[in-house]
Amino acid sequence: MDLGKDLLLDMYRSMTRIRLFETKVRDLATANEIPGFVHVSIGEEASATGVCAALRKTDRITSTHRGHSHLIAKGGRLDRMMAELFGKRTGYCKGKGGSMHIVDFSLGILGANGIVGAGLPIATGSALAAVIAGTEDVTACFFGDGASNEGTFHESLNLAAVWKLPVVFVCENNGFGEFTPMRTVTSVKDIAVRAKAYDIPGHIVDGNDVLEVYRYASEAVARARAGEGPTLLECKTYRWEGHVVGEQAFLGAASYRTEQEVNEWKARCPLIRFDKFAAESGKISVTDLQRIKQETEVELEAAIKFARESPLPDASEVTEDVFT
Amino acid sequence: MAVTTYIQAINQALAEEMARDPLTFVMGEDVVLSAFGATKGLIDKFGPTRVRNTPIAEAGFVGAAVGAAMAGTRPICEVEFASFFYCAFDQVCNQAAKLRYMSGGQARMPITFRCVYGAMGGAAAQHSETVYAQFLSVAGLKLVVPSNPSDMKGLLKSAIRDDNPVIVFEHGALGGHREEIPAGEHLVPLGKAAVKRVGEHVTVVAIGAMVPRALKVADRLAKENISVEVVDPRTLIPLDEDTILSSVEKTNRAVVFDEGHLRGGAATDIAALIGEKGFDFLDGPVRRVTTLDVPIPFSPPLEKAALANEARLEAAIRELVGR
Repeated sequence: MDLGKDLLLDMYRSMTRIRLFETKVRDLATANEIPGFVHVSIGEEASATGVCAALRKTDRITSTHRGHSHLIAKGGRLDRMMAELFGKRTGYCKGKGGSMHIVDFSLGILGANGIVGAGLPIATGSALAAVIAGTEDVTACFFGDGASNEGTFHESLNLAAVWKLPVVFVCENNGFGEFTPMRTVTSVKDIAVRAKAYDIPGHIVDGNDVLEVYRYASEAVARARAGEGPTLLECKTYRWEGHVVGEQAFLGAASYRTEQEVNEWKARCPLIRFDKFAAESGKISVTDLQRIKQETEVELEAAIKFARESPLPDASEVTEDVFT
Repeated sequence: MAVTTYIQAINQALAEEMARDPLTFVMGEDVVLSAFGATKGLIDKFGPTRVRNTPIAEAGFVGAAVGAAMAGTRPICEVEFASFFYCAFDQVCNQAAKLRYMSGGQARMPITFRCVYGAMGGAAAQHSETVYAQFLSVAGLKLVVPSNPSDMKGLLKSAIRDDNPVIVFEHGALGGHREEIPAGEHLVPLGKAAVKRVGEHVTVVAIGAMVPRALKVADRLAKENISVEVVDPRTLIPLDEDTILSSVEKTNRAVVFDEGHLRGGAATDIAALIGEKGFDFLDGPVRRVTTLDVPIPFSPPLEKAALANEARLEAAIRELVGR
């Protein structure tokens, strides 16, 4: 697959936006400027980016509690995201959702979700809507290894397979459900093999290689759009940070992984991988990458300023938006 | 006007609304052949794309209805028995009910859930329960409990057109009830109670299948010059507080009659409303006649002992009016 320069730069921009946004969010949450539970995706930039790069703007996604990466990759605005994290009226959800619940219907983002596995049937239904309405829209469903043990995973894969729905199930296997190693609570080593139970294709993908993710996702999206049904992709990846920002407050001195393991995965950083590819390919110059990084830093600073300076919701808004 | 059963009224409402809006579709357990007849024949009119049998996987297909609604269609999702909702609690309570609010008003959630509730005789606790109370304190749902064919048709059509998640509770024992219903377009708005019988001495707020029973009791007591007003809220959310309170203002006595359980139930909620906002109207305590707080038993004498019934309603009314 020969990828054009614009697409490559778009993917680099997406991963950079995720990395810088998440790093800043971690720091702001640690400083208590952002309230509530915050889950960041540092180290998991490639799976979100590679999948969303294979989608059209009118295609839809569902996301998870660790959802900032998916929203950014689908084109989410950093300023409105940051404002939502701050609980401000100018946020995507007017301050009613917060980090785990950001939605942007204009971009096909049906939402992050605080319930593990909740996005699977929602994505399945979104794909069903495309069939009912007769559109070509595909839905990509992000979820983690933990969700693959939920009943909704199995019910959704079965339903999507039976109805041949245009959905791509993307498992980001980062090795842990909260503080529990996936291997200790999961019957299989590879989530992708569960596709066999539903007679659909399942692929193991290097989730830290954005180009490989993009290749597999493009194939699965094309298959879905052609009416051939769902695919399960398992992107093997790792989260560098804890399950939740500030998790040491819960864990105390305990730990569920070694520093060595974390460092091994840091060496497989999706952005460093891309830098290497760029240098070897000769298509992209270092200047291009630096320019994108600088532009993203400016965008992010503006987003934080916007969030800080935006008004909090008025108490009178509490009863708005329950019903239409 | 044509004589129509409760089940036929459902069928008519579905067919009319599906003809009206091509983005409307039916999904659920056995909707093609239709165990109770409500969706019978829709497959012939609308085809397999819009009439879909689901696997018996409530979390999966109820969740899919949520996604389909958010993505711009108008699903009508049948959960065969109301107790099966327990298998899809997350999808109804965390997803359908909350996502509009949590998204700051971005999500539209035009889903109609249909289910059969209530005791039909010998179906035991997992197929006989009245479960709307379980949804009463989940903000973001509308709850509809039609008590006759005419209301069923008009309320169901309104529910389907509503852009919010609505659960329509169909009592299993009312299926064969028949009456004349208005010809042509017939809509009953959500949130408007009906005074089903005008009376002077006591208000009975009756819910769902308890309405025809309350009317029977009212008929009997009329022979003794005890005049009973029967108010049917028709929808529990939104609740027409004004009609209930106006009736109590007139009669000064109130009984709430519900097949649901007492503890945390719909009758308790309505009694609290009357106690709080209608206290000055009352000549005595608000009585609640409900099913006992036990799972619905299988064996006929036990089932009978558990369920709210006409005799208990009559006793409560007599106690209040002192006759």
